[in-house]
Amino acid sequence: MNYISIYNNRPVGLKEIPELGYPEFLRSNVDMLNGRADRHCVNYFGYETGAGIKLFCCIADDTTHQIYISSSVVGEKSTLNSFTAQNHNFENFEREIHENFGIKYSDHPWLKPFRKIENYPFCKAESEELHEVGVGPIHAGIIEPGHFRFICNGEQIMHLEIQLGFQHRGIEQLFLQKNTLIERTTLAENIAGDTVAGHTAAFVNLWESLCGFAPDYSLEYSRTLAMELERVAVHTGDLAAICGDIAYQLGNSVYGRLRTPIINFFQEWGGNRLAKGLIRAGKINYPFTPELTKRLAHVLDTFEPDFDEISSKLFKLPSALSRMEKTGVVSYDEVLEIGTVGMAARMSGLRRDIRTSHPFNLYGSSIIHEPVIKRHGDVYSRTQIRKEEVRQSLGYIRKIIENVPEFRKPEDVHFTAAANMFAISLTEGWRGEICHCAITDNSGNLVLYKIKDPSHHNWMALAMSVRNNEISDFPVCNKSFNLSYCGHDL
Amino acid sequence: MLDNLRIMWHQGKQFIPDVTTAKVPGIFRGRPVICSTPAGRLFPADLCPTKAISANPICIDLGRCTFCGECAVKFPDVITFTQDYKLSSNEREGLIIKEGEEGPVLVNPDKVRKEIRRIFGSSLKLRQVSAGGDNSCELELNATNNVQFDMSRFGIDFVASPRHADGIVITGPITRNMAPSLEICYNAIPNPKIIILAGTDAISGGIFDGSPELDRTFISTHHIDLYVPGNPVHPLTFINGVLSLLGR
Repeated sequence: MNYISIYNNRPVGLKEIPELGYPEFLRSNVDMLNGRADRHCVNYFGYETGAGIKLFCCIADDTTHQIYISSSVVGEKSTLNSFTAQNHNFENFEREIHENFGIKYSDHPWLKPFRKIENYPFCKAESEELHEVGVGPIHAGIIEPGHFRFICNGEQIMHLEIQLGFQHRGIEQLFLQKNTLIERTTLAENIAGDTVAGHTAAFVNLWESLCGFAPDYSLEYSRTLAMELERVAVHTGDLAAICGDIAYQLGNSVYGRLRTPIINFFQEWGGNRLAKGLIRAGKINYPFTPELTKRLAHVLDTFEPDFDEISSKLFKLPSALSRMEKTGVVSYDEVLEIGTVGMAARMSGLRRDIRTSHPFNLYGSSIIHEPVIKRHGDVYSRTQIRKEEVRQSLGYIRKIIENVPEFRKPEDVHFTAAANMFAISLTEGWRGEICHCAITDNSGNLVLYKIKDPSHHNWMALAMSVRNNEISDFPVCNKSFNLSYCGHDL
Repeated sequence: MLDNLRIMWHQGKQFIPDVTTAKVPGIFRGRPVICSTPAGRLFPADLCPTKAISANPICIDLGRCTFCGECAVKFPDVITFTQDYKLSSNEREGLIIKEGEEGPVLVNPDKVRKEIRRIFGSSLKLRQVSAGGDNSCELELNATNNVQFDMSRFGIDFVASPRHADGIVITGPITRNMAPSLEICYNAIPNPKIIILAGTDAISGGIFDGSPELDRTFISTHHIDLYVPGNPVHPLTFINGVLSLLGR
């Protein structure tokens, strides 16, 4: 076999991962994706070993629920044929490998900087008819930094190039430097502050599996509940922001205020509006009590009618629909070629959802998830997905709070990571698929921690979506994706 | 039209009438209180992810604290977090809570630059810059102006251009890649101007302290007018902090 198949959160000994010669490694991984929409690359990265750079490629198969892992060792500063020339799913992964290790690719179509900020020559179009618009790194609102360079013909966008890296905090390196569990958990909570539950669940699931600890039902329960509440809160906030960008003030105010009771419930449960401090490996400091269950049921009872009322108004309002329909379209073929995940895949009919394909925590057992799929790939589809996923998540939450498990008193578990292991953990955050990978050495110390936010795949979809749209529609296109800068830059 | 009125009616009154006395729901972790303990009490070294706790006497530095509450869970007899969300100070030392102290965190009026209250007392426009912020403080700063917190009722607003601003609000630990842009943005704000650090990451680097990818020269070379702790900052913490800086 050219690869080893494992399931989500099932670590594997490093020795069991086949090590292939680079040409075979390339052919095998590219062939696996060929003509298979149910497979995509969830992570592809390298790290320095004494023998050179060891590359690991992880291909997820949605049909078999498995992940196929293979590896290859290449020399530093070597020149290789790229995966990207045959499949664009690998573009960002290879840009990162090139930037981190100086590996050159002879046929990579676009080896531009990934996180490095330098005098980079943006794509140019020589014509007196065209002009360029540069936006950022600092934007006109309270949002994270990134640079957008538009080439426009009058008001019409011909091309958008996105340059990120401004947020780079060196978080993967800090995972190795800071070696206590609480430091690493805090780092996981700060990968992307809008996806605290998603990233922290990915970390603790990985850490527990790497240390051979089986979490009890109450821990898996609290993580699932936190992730679904996070989805409701952020989707509702996004609906507010989309209304803001199409100048629908009533929607902006109502959805905006509806986010508050959900995040305030996080505060009632765990003391923090964005769920920081809530999810911990091996324990939970803030048990979900019967009183909290009653409170949550009450919060949902008052949330739902107001959410439904404003939603039925928004989705019938001609002036709102005309701004959303056929704006920022990305086709099925395009998302497949880019390899998008999460909402940015489901908006165009590409069925990708880790809750179904690679179940974790309560998914696949207490919650049998059916992804919300739309076909048009426009702002309208992305808005519809949010509305319907909020409804769906409310249903899941109501179902699981019918039977609340007993929680143990919080006590620290003594964790020891297994030696020479490779661990992978996938979760479905509100934005899409989150992937964390870890490798340990022969004394069980971390030698690599690799984080992939869904934004890693999806930024290119935003760039494609705005082509031929008016530049004035850029804000609503951007907001309808709502991608993470810090999740990409790490 | 009637639909719209019905929707508005169903929302009721959402705004918080008095943001200086409002109660926060649940178990918000605000200003900690540390009980006096026999001298020499030591905590395990791995208790605090950001080394915000020091011993003899026991102190918690709110500029480093991530408010995870781990210390209060493990040593409930020593450390408790109160619901007091007024955590801002204009002095870095003002953020250090010592054992046995139960007084509020305050802005020291003697140390506020004179022109701040005279010029910005009734109108303050701020430019926010995220320099490695994880989007949690950014979300909460956006929330300061939603229909509930409604900070603009005080004449305090976030504006798009530094040319229109009276000051800068920094979130995030300040990455190397954002340091030059931050400096350019600050220089574009007309004098006199103020600097506010929002969140633990901005104040001390937080969990990112020590990363080679940070460049915190800006903090050491400029006078900071207000420190607003939190991970992320609570909207009420921010609004009350700015109001006390302005003497309101």
